[in-house]
Amino acid sequence: MMKLSPKLTQRIAWVSIWATGIIAILTLIFIVGYTFIKGFPAINLEFLFTDPKGGVSGEGGIFSCIVATMWLIVITMAILIPLGIGAAIYLSEYAPDNRLTRLISYSLELLAGVPSIVFGLFGFAIFVLALHFNYSIIAGALTLVCLLLPFLIRTAEEAMRAVPQSQREAALALGTTKWQTTANVVLPAAIPGITTGIILCVGRAVAESACLYVTMGGSAAMPTSFLSGGRALAVHIFYLAMETTALDKALATGAILIALILIINLSTVWLSQRFYAKMQGIR
Amino acid sequence: MSRYFIDRASRYVVFIFGVLALLILAAIAIFILKDSLPAFREIGISDIIFGTKWYPSHGAFGILTMLAGSVLVTLLALLMAVPLALGCAIFLAEVAPPRIRQLTRPAVELLVGIPSVVYGLVGMIVLCPLIANLSGTGSGSSVLVAAIVLAIMILPTVTSISEDSMRAIPNQYREGALALGATRWQTIHHVILPAARNGIMASIVLGTGRAIGETMAVIMVIGNSPIFPTNIFAPARTLTGNIAVEIMSATGIHQSALFATGVVLFILIMLINSLALIAYRKKT
Repeated sequence: MMKLSPKLTQRIAWVSIWATGIIAILTLIFIVGYTFIKGFPAINLEFLFTDPKGGVSGEGGIFSCIVATMWLIVITMAILIPLGIGAAIYLSEYAPDNRLTRLISYSLELLAGVPSIVFGLFGFAIFVLALHFNYSIIAGALTLVCLLLPFLIRTAEEAMRAVPQSQREAALALGTTKWQTTANVVLPAAIPGITTGIILCVGRAVAESACLYVTMGGSAAMPTSFLSGGRALAVHIFYLAMETTALDKALATGAILIALILIINLSTVWLSQRFYAKMQGIR
Repeated sequence: MSRYFIDRASRYVVFIFGVLALLILAAIAIFILKDSLPAFREIGISDIIFGTKWYPSHGAFGILTMLAGSVLVTLLALLMAVPLALGCAIFLAEVAPPRIRQLTRPAVELLVGIPSVVYGLVGMIVLCPLIANLSGTGSGSSVLVAAIVLAIMILPTVTSISEDSMRAIPNQYREGALALGATRWQTIHHVILPAARNGIMASIVLGTGRAIGETMAVIMVIGNSPIFPTNIFAPARTLTGNIAVEIMSATGIHQSALFATGVVLFILIMLINSLALIAYRKKT
């Protein structure tokens, strides 16, 4: 093969890098743009506030799915947040550097790579069948807790590790106990990072479908308690696409989900900027 | 209660929370293994893993077909996504003007968070008819569409992590290479990419894991017939799809065989992750 001059390779490389960059960005813009443009016309108050009526034509709206998703998020977060922060406190403040700690870290890494459907299978076996929760919001929420826990623990742990050691030493030098230092010095300083982690968990919970599909069932009826089944918004998209012809409504639901994720992402950016400003003393 | 008592008690409480992750992992392994045992015992490990016939009503539970489906779809997706993602990461980290960067960075982060069902939905509406026209038969649900959907889905993940690892390289590296008279491409090729290798590897492994574990988006576009994937224009089924499509209606040995599918999927993912870890350790 002829050896190309550096100048020529540079030119070829630049053209291909620009091309791949633009192709990738256009593809992704297309996905979001297509969902928004095709989905938004179907969104109106009636769509938002009526329940899905079922049938092949996919009549009705998404009200019960919105309610089920909200139930799901509230219950998941109520369990997830204390567990995640508790474990993070242990790992960042208390855990000695021994075999058990390394084992915990390793299991967190492994858990983070386990696919959603395997968590679903686990939730199905333990919560739906063994504990007799049947297909229910609580079964879905507990499964989600298992799925999201590794991520929240890691983020919260990193946020606490980032608190300077000198602050702990200052508190301890004043005669506080380890717990007082953790609760009154480390935790407040780590709140911005932890909050960001929690918001990102909400985003992942909203986007999740596979593990909820097999633990919450597909009932589109309005949930009456946390023990009744329900259909999360993301799962509703799946049902609409597979069982009905109402693809415009599936796209509309998709557009709502993307908008939700957008709001969640922007709020984390806003939060970190605000805390940054506060730290700089600008306010 | 004295503050010393609270301090003592808190030690135990946070310890219990800390061990929780370990317990969950153990519980997942135990529950899925336990429920898959009847199938492995009655049908035999090799008949499940190497059997190519999946006819639950006739007692045939071979998952090699689905294993091949998962592997093929993932490989094809990587083939499309990795060059594109690396190009895009180089573009964003090294080439693009600052204004484009400021716009694309939050956009890529948003795309990482978009629900996978949305990718599946758009693939189903846009790509399936296209492929159906091309191949002239069927609905277009095929291995190829599934691979394209997965490739687009993992593109933002692979791009953002690779980009981060390139950005983390100190500017002296670039300046040093450029001062020696290297072109910007030579700098990227011989300095930036080798220095960012670990991050790039990690991004590809993460993308592989997401692709092989993705369920709903794949079910929507692959057709789900349990036939051995020999033609990328034909439908197939993946391990994840096998579980999700049938678990809610399965009973007895059929249900157990689906848990066995979960075990195989779990082992496959662990294998990929540990291989990556070994490769990573060898090079550093």
